[in-house]
Amino acid sequence: MWNYTEAVHDHFLHPHNAGPLADANAIGEVGSLACGDALKLYLKINDKDVIEDASFETFGCASAIASSSVLTDMIKGMTVDEALKLTNKDIANALGGLPKQKMHCSVMGQEALEAAIRQWKGEPAVPHAHEEGKLVCKCFGVTDAQIIRAIRENNLKTVEEVTAYTKAGGACGECLDEIAEILAAELKQKPVKELKPRPKLTNVQRMQQVLKVIDEEIRPQLAADGGDIELIDVDGKRVVVSLHGRCSQCRSSNVTIANLVQRLLREHVEPDIVVEEA
Amino acid sequence: MQVVYLDNNATTAVAPQVLEAMLPYLGDLYGNPSSMHTFGGQVAEAVDTSREQIAALLGAEPDEIIFTASGSEGDNTAIWSALQSRPERRHIVTTRVEHPAVLSVCRYWETQGYRVTMLGVDSKGRLDLEEYAATIGDDTAIVSIMFANNEVGNIYPIQEMAELARERGVLFHTDAVQAVGKIPIDLHHLPVDMLTLSGHKINAPKGIGALYVRKGVRFRPLVRGGHQERGRRAGTENVPYIVGLGVAAQLCAKFMQEERVDVARLRDKLEYGLLERIPECRVNGDIEHRLPNTSNISFKNVEGEAILLMLDRLGIAASSGSACTSGSLEPSHVLRAMGVPFNYAHGSIRLSLSRYNTAEEIDYVLDKFPGVIETLRAISPFKG
Ligand SMILES: Cc1ncc(COP(=O)(O)O)c(C=O)c1O
Ligand code: FES
Repeated sequence: MWNYTEAVHDHFLHPHNAGPLADANAIGEVGSLACGDALKLYLKINDKDVIEDASFETFGCASAIASSSVLTDMIKGMTVDEALKLTNKDIANALGGLPKQKMHCSVMGQEALEAAIRQWKGEPAVPHAHEEGKLVCKCFGVTDAQIIRAIRENNLKTVEEVTAYTKAGGACGECLDEIAEILAAELKQKPVKELKPRPKLTNVQRMQQVLKVIDEEIRPQLAADGGDIELIDVDGKRVVVSLHGRCSQCRSSNVTIANLVQRLLREHVEPDIVVEEA
Repeated sequence: MQVVYLDNNATTAVAPQVLEAMLPYLGDLYGNPSSMHTFGGQVAEAVDTSREQIAALLGAEPDEIIFTASGSEGDNTAIWSALQSRPERRHIVTTRVEHPAVLSVCRYWETQGYRVTMLGVDSKGRLDLEEYAATIGDDTAIVSIMFANNEVGNIYPIQEMAELARERGVLFHTDAVQAVGKIPIDLHHLPVDMLTLSGHKINAPKGIGALYVRKGVRFRPLVRGGHQERGRRAGTENVPYIVGLGVAAQLCAKFMQEERVDVARLRDKLEYGLLERIPECRVNGDIEHRLPNTSNISFKNVEGEAILLMLDRLGIAASSGSACTSGSLEPSHVLRAMGVPFNYAHGSIRLSLSRYNTAEEIDYVLDKFPGVIETLRAISPFKG
């Protein structure tokens, strides 16, 4: 059973502003039946650009309904510009938080709000929000732009978190590698690590560092998918690993190794490490 | 609040008779059945009695019963044993609608180089016997097919499938966790080689189960160690739970005929009542071959978790195959294997009854349930 806050329960059992809004002049629709949740947000925006009234219709779980309900409360009285500054985090916070696996419900609220405002502005109402985006997850119709935004606004660190926030990767899993790439690119862009020239490593040092990175960085990520990794050998810059569980089977395991293990080892240990599978 | 418990395929109440029989073994009778003294010996007798009670329920010999710590352990052990005892065979046959205790084990063996055939099902969740016949061959180490499905309640034609496996010299295992105690099983006439059962689905506690292994079938233990269970499952016996499981089996044998009729009548009252009162819903599964206690209904355009939480507030406990309840993002693998359309799959509710349910409870549910669906449909953007 989910550990929902009282606020989620309240908004779910007694939703505010449910049902269509007769004199709405902006409507935003996101999600679909196939995805398992969908939200239709109605706004009435007056000539001073203030959201006078808002209502929703939602198909989805308790947290989807609660997110919609609290969102309509929050935006009433806001100007369009203020509303556009709302993030999915604001919605989740207004509910006292959501379970991590349910964060996508708050993202849905934010996206519906944007879609509605776009429609009101006369911009094309692209169903999945970001016209500039490239479709990454076919199963849930999620674009790279949506993924990048979720990563930035919520400071996401793992593919698993991206799935929890956007749903991308939660079905067939075919897009997981692409999500990992997007995530890696995003994480790399952060200006946190300054690059200082690394001292040359001895064999023993290299071995120790490789082990550490595998234990602390790589294994937890693989474990999330039911996989595991074993270090077989370190021979100079050549690192031989064996993969177990889900990862060794999935047809893109080459990509996983090249992209994940090698990238992480290059990043954390030495830039010219080569990873091979035993 | 009084709870109307309609989630008996998830777990059942411990029967009072079971609890009572167990208590002495959590108290004074704490001996180790392997000990040489009388203090342990009397406990060994209780373990034997339980073995006999379970054998009697299944039409098996006491020697053919191995106690396990769960249904999951039974499933893992059966598949392990089959693969270890015939290592030259590299093929496993199972179905797409198994419990994870079989499915994920098969997927694991797939990563270890085994070829796994997962038989699909039709829109009612039925297997195709011809397809089944075509898949088993000389390389097949084990067929593992559930006796009855936990989500929709379908009963599979184990007799025919096991006979065919036997003809071809292939080991046949059935996960009968949901079938035992609900429908008659007579292993004198049913040629399965291994069968899994679990205590907490038949009014014994959680964390106890048994694996039936037919005499003469080669066996390789999964848990090695001491000589308990004649070397087939190491570990000092969980005596109180074993005693409880025996009594639960005895109760099943005693009441099954009666219950099959009574529980099925309540289930039908509930199912017809809901279908009558609520538009746009459908029953999932094979209603002609179904457990007497299970009903799986999909409500169009509403989401299962939302239904469950509203029912919960009304004191009604059920479960759902919707994506949101499991923490996964997809609806149940069983409903997907059956090709249930999305607008129905997300709104599926499983109602599973027991002999402890009453007609009054069903009336209460019939009174409250339609309102829940109406409320949720009223705020859903999908109409019609
Ligand atoms: C069909 C089936 N097999 C196996 C199991 C697992 O049994 P246990 O919970 O005792 O491990 C269950 C119950 O969850 C089940 O329904
Ligand atoms: S494409 Fe993303 S989960 Fe299938």
